[in-house]
Amino acid sequence: MAALPSYAGPLERFWYYAFRVLCGSIFLFLIAPIIVMIPLSFNAEPYFTFTPEMLALKPEAFSMRWYQDILDNEQWLHSMKNSFIVGAAATFLATSLGTIAALGLSRSDMPYRTLIMGLLLSPMIVPLIITAAGLFFFYSSIGLAQTYTGLILAHTALGTPFVVITVTATLSGFDRNLIRASSSLGASPQRTFFKVILPLISPGVISGGLFAFVTSFDEVVVALFLAGFEQRTVPRQMWAGIREQISPTILAVATILVGISILLLATMEVLRRRSERLRGLSPN
Amino acid sequence: MAAITENDGLMRAADGTPLKQALARATRMNKARAFLLTTPLLAFILVTFILPIGMMLFRSIEAPEVSEAFPKTVAILEQWDGVGQPSEEIYASLAAEMADPENRFKLGKAGTRLNYIESGFRSLMNKTVRRIKRVDAGPYKEAFIKIDKRWGETDTWKIIRLAGDPYTYRAYLNALDLTQAPDGNIVAQPEIKQIYVTLFERTIFVSIGVTIACIALAYPISYLLATLPSGTSNLLMIFVLLPFWTSLLVRTTSWIVLLQTNGVINDILVSLGIVGTDDRIQMIYNMTGTFIAMTHILLPFMVLPLYSVMKTIPRDHMRAARSLGANPAIAFGRIYLPQTIPGVGAGSILVFILAIGYYITPALVGGQDGQLISNIIEYHMKKSLNWSLAAALGGILLAGVLALYWLYNRIVGISNMKLG
Repeated sequence: MAALPSYAGPLERFWYYAFRVLCGSIFLFLIAPIIVMIPLSFNAEPYFTFTPEMLALKPEAFSMRWYQDILDNEQWLHSMKNSFIVGAAATFLATSLGTIAALGLSRSDMPYRTLIMGLLLSPMIVPLIITAAGLFFFYSSIGLAQTYTGLILAHTALGTPFVVITVTATLSGFDRNLIRASSSLGASPQRTFFKVILPLISPGVISGGLFAFVTSFDEVVVALFLAGFEQRTVPRQMWAGIREQISPTILAVATILVGISILLLATMEVLRRRSERLRGLSPN
Repeated sequence: MAAITENDGLMRAADGTPLKQALARATRMNKARAFLLTTPLLAFILVTFILPIGMMLFRSIEAPEVSEAFPKTVAILEQWDGVGQPSEEIYASLAAEMADPENRFKLGKAGTRLNYIESGFRSLMNKTVRRIKRVDAGPYKEAFIKIDKRWGETDTWKIIRLAGDPYTYRAYLNALDLTQAPDGNIVAQPEIKQIYVTLFERTIFVSIGVTIACIALAYPISYLLATLPSGTSNLLMIFVLLPFWTSLLVRTTSWIVLLQTNGVINDILVSLGIVGTDDRIQMIYNMTGTFIAMTHILLPFMVLPLYSVMKTIPRDHMRAARSLGANPAIAFGRIYLPQTIPGVGAGSILVFILAIGYYITPALVGGQDGQLISNIIEYHMKKSLNWSLAAALGGILLAGVLALYWLYNRIVGISNMKLG
């Protein structure tokens, strides 16, 4: 869709601009819901609409009161702490397990690759309500329901497919001669992994880890079944807020979460570029 | 590993084993090593994910309550010919088992289980258990019929006999709006209880609708992104990736903010004079809200595969078609469109799989008529506590999803799944 060619007729000209308008409105559809609540979270009134004062950009129509609300509320602070604890632990476990498995899966001599890959990716495919119901009964029967351990293990299982996918994708461009070179120079398999493989696949590992973190950080269905009051995560708390009484505090939390997603998106972009550069170095 | 040739003409490795054998062993070792690397995660997923789901699904065919509460009665009922009233022996055995203090906690569960087959059975059980204890001696048949005349009916006993089987596919029948008559025949549920087939249909219908909407919206912007210079397209990609990375609850909340009757869109429509102040449009807490929010949330899953396919289509194809005299529509339909079908297929299956199991968005913005099958599973899990039915509904849903997963593997290959 580069510039309009010089031989374009009037109809084609019209179509060209109509198409751009169409695409513009689809982009608007995608981004508007995320943008619109940011100014609303600074609303001085407890409404979800733009007051006439806000539209006139009067400073007194804006306030930080909903952000103050979060800081004053023990439950929100506790749930943020929970989200980070559960997210960090689940990410660590998922990344370690997923990376090791990806090393095996990407070897050409892996037996039953499709079957095993299918099993390992199933947490991503099975509807969350079924996962949540299954884990609820299982963890209740072994006494891990309503504990941090249960929630962390559940989120680990949900996060591993993303690590497996990203790391396997990174390894597909990996030059295996480097491993042979390293072993021939006398390095142990562990040393080869940490000094040769890991630095080269680190963009894939980190982006897989980020996916795993976001999965846990955003997960609400399993948390609804498994988390007790003590383990409430941010999404679980938001869920209660939206269901019971939706207040602009929710919008303030949502704005903070959008801020976090922008940070994650920027990190992913940096990693993608780095990965492309690293790949450019390898002879493939 | 220098191979040396011995007088039997076989190539041998340094340790003297034939080369063929040594090679096979090395291959086996390599395979084992590759497999060993995947075992920690495989064991983890099998134990903490697949096993629990399997155990949960097993509940759909398990119904031990009645045979646990009334083991003797059930055993004697097996011999009963099913004609008229059963013998005094059966009545006496049931009375004894109802009065047994060790059975206290099992009776309620058995009543609930029987109630799934025939509503009203739980209260019949409760009433009978309370009163039969006061009857010291037989004949029990008269005592039972005096408590409730249903105990004199053949069907009541046939139902107990049916429920006495600890394994049953009855939950699956119920999930398909069917039921088992007392004589064991499969019949349709009464009209008022027929809700699940409609729900399955609605879920499939909404998922197809969302998939089509996603194709319609994703196709133009993926085309634009794939054909713009990379600087501009990377910038525009943010519009796709930011929603992708934003919390699902955040996106659902923002749709509530936008679509409410007092929300932003209605306000704009009112201030433009398109809609009167009093007849604001109800766009949320119904199917419309579910549909719009789900389309928005799943759209990136369609754009990303479509974009990566379109990116690989050389621009020259379209130019060649045009230079050979095809008008833009024909060039697009005959040259471009067929090449994008793999991307459309991959994206559609992904969106459909995700849509069919959707829970959060319908629960928050669906209102009454926007609920999908996942929501009713949650209802039976947490509110009505009919776990067998929840498991059966889940089993049917899972079977559908796994079939699509298999299809996705056949068409795209799960190893080719890419993210971001």
